[in-house]
Amino acid sequence: MEANLAQPLPQAHHAAPGGVWRWLASTNHKDIGTLYFWFAATMFLIGGLMAMLIRAELFQPGLQLVQPEAFNQLTTLHGLIMIFGVIMPAFTAFANWQVPLMIGAPDMAFPRMNNWSFWLLPVAGVFLVGSTLLPGGAVAGGWTMYPPLFLQGGISYDLTIFAIHIMGASSIMGSINIATTILNMRAPGMTLMKMPLFVWTWLITAFLLIAVMPVLAGAVTMLLADRNFGTHFFDAAGGGDPVLFQHVFWFFGHPEVYILILPAFGIISSVIPTFSRKPLFGYASMVYATASIAILSFLVWGHHMFTVGMPAAAQLYFMYATLLIAVPTGVKVFNWVATMWRGSLTFETAMLFAVAFVCLFTIGGFSGLVLAMVPVDIQLQDTYYVVAHFHYVLVTGALFSIYAGLYYWLPKWTGHMVNETWGRWHFWLSAISVNVLFFPMHFLGLAGMPRRIPDYALQFADFNRVASIGGFVFGASQILLLIVILKCIRGGEKAEARAWEGAEGLEWTVPSPAPYHTFAQPPEVK
Amino acid sequence: MSAHPGAYYLPAPSHWPLVGSLALMSAALGATLLIHDLSGGGWLLAVGAAGLATMLVGWFGKVIRESESGLHGVQVDRSFRWGMSWFIFSEGMFFAAFFGALFYGRVISVPDLAGGEQLRLLWPGYSGGWPTAGPGIEAAFTPMAPWGIPALNTLFLLSSGATVTWAHWALKRGRRGQLIVGLGLTVALGLTFIGLQAYEYHHAYTALGLTLGAGIYGATFFMLTGFHGLHVTIGSLMLLVILGRALAGHFRPDHHFAFEAVSWYWHFVDVVWLLLFIFVYWL
Repeated sequence: MEANLAQPLPQAHHAAPGGVWRWLASTNHKDIGTLYFWFAATMFLIGGLMAMLIRAELFQPGLQLVQPEAFNQLTTLHGLIMIFGVIMPAFTAFANWQVPLMIGAPDMAFPRMNNWSFWLLPVAGVFLVGSTLLPGGAVAGGWTMYPPLFLQGGISYDLTIFAIHIMGASSIMGSINIATTILNMRAPGMTLMKMPLFVWTWLITAFLLIAVMPVLAGAVTMLLADRNFGTHFFDAAGGGDPVLFQHVFWFFGHPEVYILILPAFGIISSVIPTFSRKPLFGYASMVYATASIAILSFLVWGHHMFTVGMPAAAQLYFMYATLLIAVPTGVKVFNWVATMWRGSLTFETAMLFAVAFVCLFTIGGFSGLVLAMVPVDIQLQDTYYVVAHFHYVLVTGALFSIYAGLYYWLPKWTGHMVNETWGRWHFWLSAISVNVLFFPMHFLGLAGMPRRIPDYALQFADFNRVASIGGFVFGASQILLLIVILKCIRGGEKAEARAWEGAEGLEWTVPSPAPYHTFAQPPEVK
Repeated sequence: MSAHPGAYYLPAPSHWPLVGSLALMSAALGATLLIHDLSGGGWLLAVGAAGLATMLVGWFGKVIRESESGLHGVQVDRSFRWGMSWFIFSEGMFFAAFFGALFYGRVISVPDLAGGEQLRLLWPGYSGGWPTAGPGIEAAFTPMAPWGIPALNTLFLLSSGATVTWAHWALKRGRRGQLIVGLGLTVALGLTFIGLQAYEYHHAYTALGLTLGAGIYGATFFMLTGFHGLHVTIGSLMLLVILGRALAGHFRPDHHFAFEAVSWYWHFVDVVWLLLFIFVYWL
């Protein structure tokens, strides 16, 4: 490997250009990965501040800080920003940094398109956040954009539709790039079943994205046409149906939730074996489980719509199909536990977040099973139980996996070990406060508190106050993460090429920090 | 790959993606303003569209020059093949959303409105059936008949699929004259299709009363055929570029992925049209 690095680079391999042009015109997967990461971090700050405002308003009954219309804008933008602006770009950051390093490729297959995929995102981000300043304020119909409500908003609704088109174009191009890189750029000898699991999960995620982002584009295009061009897709008077939107939207939306979690599975499947000093318990079963989850994700969208009215046969089908997903997901959870079983365990911060992920994501998975059951869901639809469910899978699931991945790969990216003391403070404060924040929401939902309201009946006051306190602590704890990252960039203990004792994989064969260009000549994988 | 055999071609930093992002930003802002009749919308949209066109010409021009100077080896070629295949798959899923709307309207929402309690309570006397503008829209329209222009267009598009394949055979056998004639015929058939489609739209709006506002039939008719027509237009532009390159002496019998990508795209547009002809015009 060292010998390869000493070879002259092909003529187009430029050193990093100086100044801002390095970032604006980059064709380097590491620089673009870093851009994705900082974009996600910025949007996380914005979306997080919105969440803080939501929790502050809900701290006690009555209207204190924001009016209902502004509250609806906050919940809508919080959802759109956290999904499209934080979790998805953060996972793409990992894909950019790690996939070429893990498969021994010199860069992504299409480096220029990679740049475009990124630089479309700030445009969409500006549209979303900037639309709060437009007359009538930002979109307030919920991130799911259901008609007829969504058809009635002002100018920001159209701008949001275009923002979604642009984010969709970004995701499709990014995914085509990732899928092509994985399928065509692997080092000689790295067969598909030798790929690290993170690469497998991203290949399947990329497939899902390419399949469903165009469907979302179609759905919002129909909204645009119904709003402005006189069509009647979602209007019964014209023979259309508002429920049609829900079908099209959730045909995108359910694969989308696996888009938000499959890369997490990949990260956790990298971290747990390293700190258990054991290979993953059942690699092939993990690959097949991931593929099964992806296939099933196309067949279960109706479980988001049990209460809109559908034949009992459809309800039964969607219920059983949804419950079936527990089988491959269970395969994964048992795999992680079996990997740790009798391992030589150490609990660095990355591992702490990974173990927390396994426990807490499972809680979110179980509440998903509860919601999959039609009679229960009819009771719980649009209550805080749903809010609790998807925040367990997205915050303690997706977000915690991002944290685990950051703590795990930061040494490779920066060349410095992470400060474990600060990291542990970040972990314990986050892991405790996040449960104080979201666990009471289960009780609120079971007691009937509806989601997306700025005010509530008095009997919900205590649990809301507890949740808000948890929320403030959780929000404040994330400042620690920023400190950890900045400290890690500026200095700290020097990281070896193989930063963690038990780490396996090609990315640990290159120096830390990884040189600007790696694997100009592909390594041989045995 | 002449300079560094076996290495993957990695391009230098490029300003084109940024131009593309700014152009799309301008176009989207312009479109939003235009929809709401606010000043400056048209200008922003025009600037954005011009920027996007400049970006496409500049970016693809650079890729073509790289290809012609031999920088694209076997592995780069394979990347393009994967990339184009995934792109066409995503395009297929985009059309699937609108076909989904069509089938939902025909199979679920329209029959639902014409039967049971809905019929009694909402619009009594609504007979359902297809095509329909829906129970509450007072639009008398004549549906587009399949066996006139649409059938002719089917013939033209299917023939263009044959001519582009004929051109491909020529390219693989090194017969440049046949390649150029085949591509020229394909472009001519594509442009004829677009012209007839434009005439059909004009006829629909002026003589048939068939508009975007004609209920679920009008919405699915114009959105499906409109997006298809847009794709035929893009495909024709791509064919023109390929024709220009063939005239300039580009492509070798063993190295001509750009040609193949365009022909894949053209066949895809062809298949979508067949589905449109069957489910939108005919049945």
